[in-house]
Amino acid sequence: KSTFAFIETSNDGKLLPQSLSTLSAAQQLNKPIVALILGKNSSKIAESLIKDYKIQQLNEIIYSQDEIFDSKLPEIFTPNLIKILDENNGDNFSNFIISSSNFGKNILPRISSIFNYQPINDVIEIDASDKNIFKRPIFAGNLIETIDSSKQAKKFISIRSSAFPNTLDVTENADSSNSNTEIKELEEIINPENLTITWEGNKIVESKRPDLNGAKIVVAGGRALKDKETFDKLLDPLADKLNAAIGGTRAAVDNNLLDNSLQIGQTGKIVAPDLYVAVGISGAIQHIAGMKNSKKIVAINNDPDAPIFKVADYYIVGDLNAVVPELTEKLP
Amino acid sequence: MSSKSYLRILVPVKRAIDYQIRPRLVDGTINTKGIKFSINPFDDIAVEEALRIKESHNDKVENVHCVSIGQNKAQDIIRNCLAKGVDSSTLIDSGDASLEPLAIAKLLKKMVEKSNSNLIILGKQAIDDDSSNTGQILAGLLNWPQATNAAKVELLEGDKIKVTREIDGGEEYLVSSLPMVITTDLRLNTPRYVSLSKLMKAKKLPIEKLGLDHELFKDVDTGSQLKVIKLEEPKPRDAGIQVDSVAELITKIRADKLI
Repeated sequence: KSTFAFIETSNDGKLLPQSLSTLSAAQQLNKPIVALILGKNSSKIAESLIKDYKIQQLNEIIYSQDEIFDSKLPEIFTPNLIKILDENNGDNFSNFIISSSNFGKNILPRISSIFNYQPINDVIEIDASDKNIFKRPIFAGNLIETIDSSKQAKKFISIRSSAFPNTLDVTENADSSNSNTEIKELEEIINPENLTITWEGNKIVESKRPDLNGAKIVVAGGRALKDKETFDKLLDPLADKLNAAIGGTRAAVDNNLLDNSLQIGQTGKIVAPDLYVAVGISGAIQHIAGMKNSKKIVAINNDPDAPIFKVADYYIVGDLNAVVPELTEKLP
Repeated sequence: MSSKSYLRILVPVKRAIDYQIRPRLVDGTINTKGIKFSINPFDDIAVEEALRIKESHNDKVENVHCVSIGQNKAQDIIRNCLAKGVDSSTLIDSGDASLEPLAIAKLLKKMVEKSNSNLIILGKQAIDDDSSNTGQILAGLLNWPQATNAAKVELLEGDKIKVTREIDGGEEYLVSSLPMVITTDLRLNTPRYVSLSKLMKAKKLPIEKLGLDHELFKDVDTGSQLKVIKLEEPKPRDAGIQVDSVAELITKIRADKLI
């Protein structure tokens, strides 16, 4: 029986970094992996998974480039994924795993409900010896629960991408561990009739910066940056120099300092980069929930009692308007 | 479309530990003694949205019904909803049982059938278990379209509804006919406060109370599939080091090979 791993791709047909985290987690489940890629460019992405990465146990890739998948509607993905998973009465499948991105959260519970299974959400750790046991954060990460899913014959799992590596070994030579992986195009596609919902388009915030979800360095700003002009003037050059993604607190978003898709926290993005630079962020628990698993945290704030200093590795108490430009200037 | 009212809105609400309180463990379980509970903030946004739809399209809304599943104490948050202007309510008393989202959604499906609802508005997640499941599972069980993480809801001509939803990196737009499920995100609206006098008046309003043993739920399996075997607080991070200069900071992060 296999683990079916959903490989999320962008609207313009690129592999998203969280999909590599999904594959890392799938490897830990110790079953043969079937990767599913539905959307633009998926045949190329399938080839790239085999050529450019070393993914243990990757037995099969099922892909479809049918434009029906361009809209990302759960009402379209659900019947198609159910059909794939239900092949041979579901005999081939024991796990379905996906990133708990906006898309993953949107479709996973819908699919699992049809099979009458309670999903296992936001997994941050898979037990090394018992693959029925998972850890997941609750209460904005203030508590961690360990759950035993041994009652479930099949598992529908979403993983918090930041908790699993997205740097699968790049294959060094042609002797790839994936040379036996079968690539299959999905033959039969279900186009649900009488669909009463339509996708009317989207607006994606264009950015030349790395995506918050996969960035190695994140520069984030809080309310103390006061207005958009100060936010951009101080943080843009710093992010440029570090090749960092930019994010911010809910307060910063509410004050229009940045777009709400860049909010980091319990109800926004959860990030865990190698380096997190918090500028003018006091450290509300809801914000800390979204960044406290960063490897190193640097905080700059003029308030010596700012709670953010309790989670920071290094901090400077000082005026942002002086410290940030000096940091940008002195960085190599 | 005639002016005949056609919207029957169901708003499921959950009672949860107040968002300002950091939960603590006592003997491995969450301490609830003397702890303030409130309506899950995202469900409060759902109630507000239902009321706004009712107030701005009074002719189209037949009723707004709220339902909560939980302990008897959940009637506190239901009273609050009634005081704000919700038309009617149900408390499904599940006692001390902790139900999984799948079980909650199965019970809600029965409520939907009973009240003949055609629009369900609920929070995108509960801030206690942070699952973000119930709306999607309910939509799946009913085979209705879903619009999660709504940032804007607009009634269009006919029985159509346009939803702007927050997605990774931006937003997207959906148009759906009824019936449908909407889950609410943070920026959809700012919930109103309710005056004490309205709250006092709401104390006299009836709440329908159903137990899990009610006829309506007789074929619903509410058993748990997952077992919580441990709760713990995450390891605290080591105390930070205050550095006095930018030069020193750069030396540190360079030593850690971060730049």
